[in-house]
Amino acid sequence: MSVGTLVPAAPAPPTLEGSTVSRSRRFRNGVAGALIWTSVLVAAVPLAMVIFYVIRKGIGVVDVAFLTDDIPVQSRFPGPGMGPAIMGTLLTTGAASLVSIPLGIMAAVYLNEYGRSNRLAAVIRFLSDVMAGVPSIVMGLFLYTVWVLRFGQSGLAGALALGALMLPIVIRSTESILRLVPRELREGSLALGASRSRTILTVVLPAALPGITSGSLLAVARAAGETAPLLFTIGATNATNLNLADGSNTSLSVQIFRNAQLPFAGAQERAWGAALTLIVLVLVMTVIARLISARFTVR
Amino acid sequence: MATQPATVPTLGSSRSAFTDRAFSILALGAGLTVLLILGLIALSTTNQALPAFRQEGLGFITSDRWIPSQDVFGALPFVYGTMVISVIALLFAVPVSMGIALFLSELAPPRLRRPVVYLIDLLAAVPSVVFGLWGLLVLTQPGPGGGDPPIVGFYQWISNVTGSIPGLSTLFGPPLNGKSFFLAGVILALMITPIITSLIREVYNTVPPGHKEAALALGATRWEMIRGAVFPHSRSGTVAAVMLGLGRAMGETIAAALVIGSSPQITARLFGSGDAMAAVIANQFGEAGGTHRSALIGLGVVLFAMTILVNVVARLVFGRSSAAVA
Repeated sequence: MSVGTLVPAAPAPPTLEGSTVSRSRRFRNGVAGALIWTSVLVAAVPLAMVIFYVIRKGIGVVDVAFLTDDIPVQSRFPGPGMGPAIMGTLLTTGAASLVSIPLGIMAAVYLNEYGRSNRLAAVIRFLSDVMAGVPSIVMGLFLYTVWVLRFGQSGLAGALALGALMLPIVIRSTESILRLVPRELREGSLALGASRSRTILTVVLPAALPGITSGSLLAVARAAGETAPLLFTIGATNATNLNLADGSNTSLSVQIFRNAQLPFAGAQERAWGAALTLIVLVLVMTVIARLISARFTVR
Repeated sequence: MATQPATVPTLGSSRSAFTDRAFSILALGAGLTVLLILGLIALSTTNQALPAFRQEGLGFITSDRWIPSQDVFGALPFVYGTMVISVIALLFAVPVSMGIALFLSELAPPRLRRPVVYLIDLLAAVPSVVFGLWGLLVLTQPGPGGGDPPIVGFYQWISNVTGSIPGLSTLFGPPLNGKSFFLAGVILALMITPIITSLIREVYNTVPPGHKEAALALGATRWEMIRGAVFPHSRSGTVAAVMLGLGRAMGETIAAALVIGSSPQITARLFGSGDAMAAVIANQFGEAGGTHRSALIGLGVVLFAMTILVNVVARLVFGRSSAAVA
């Protein structure tokens, strides 16, 4: 449309370029912009340093023997072995997920599908947010007092502590995904005569599955890196223990914590190797979670 | 508008009505586990901490003497240490987080936005023990060529610069071995930056675009628009985000346990070593027995109470409308 031609002799529009902005205002704007850019750098530089050191110190340590061998009984000696810790991390986080992910999803189903506007659900929602703020070391103490004092230290005790830590994260992320599932899907299913539970199980949850998976994976990644809940619950061992319910276990995070504090070069090397292994493990889970959510998110 | 029938006619058999009922009870039960766990945490830890609470009374949190060998347990130095490192962490993390959030919401060129989001994700993904490992074995150990650890050199420099200024000369007094309140606070800052950033970002995203456009249309520079439109609208949300960050910082255990130096003392010297509640539990629990163990669990109870308080207040400020990422 050539509207402009219809307007006769319009006065020259004011220049909107910077010239009308006073020097001090422009200066302040520039400083603020620079500070904002700097803040990104301030976060990036230490992160880059940490990653750099973990790779540099860890890359020479990690090999097949490191990933599979037992942990040396004499920590002063150099040489490989984090196999039991890798197994321990996988088993405890796996067991924690088996407990907390179904429980968390069901709790979120309650909050979003049954308790939209009831008081109890509001209380549970609030307390689940509060529970997300409970320090991980307190979760460790909690499992110590209710479990370890009765049944002793085991991989299972550690897994339960991690599970307690994951639960509010799973609830929160699942609920926010369920909220995105269109009402029409539920109404359609109900109108076809499906019961409420059937609607949830065969319509709502499948529709939300990618989001739930990605949120749960982030919770798993968080749990895999946790040390504090395991310190007093999992015990210590140098050999692989595949039985979660019986006997001490160990994990990568606990091994890093212990070995970092030993004055021996060999132990510190194992700590770096374990750190590299753990970071790779956690990152793989995070990346998979991001890919799933990026692939399926409807924006 | 179609009027909806008051009740949905049940078309299923009585058996499916039963499964329906069972399923809803199952879901309710799952929801109730949250209440159950929180209740159990409070009860069981307090129960185990009672011997120490009984023995020390109010002195448990007001006395500054923590001497396990003499059966004396005053937790004040740890409460103090937790406060100091949390405040240091917030002093660094809050401005940086606000900067990153502003960068993402107002400033970033579109192709830089995604990498910066990944950066924050990555920062959140690095386990706390790895930050601790780096702090301990890189920053507080002599470098490969010998000499002072990197962090001690830095402390010495600050200490020299501020040495003649009263007040600051105490705060930044000469360092011992690098393990210190300050280092613990800085590492905590790194760890709480992602959570504060994502919360603040969410708050900034709720600022109505109309407000921002109006400010710009009135001739405001970008910074004036941020000050005039973004900040006023997000004040309470920012406060809540900072408090949630504070709760996180108070509870962070492992990195602080590795770099804080483990000496229970109340000192204004930020470059000196100290201890914090979560850190001392992690470091002493293994070899503790009897009242000592009970006292450490008591520290956990106090820490639990403090973080719950901070979180409840923050959530109330934040309001339930906002879907904050925990």
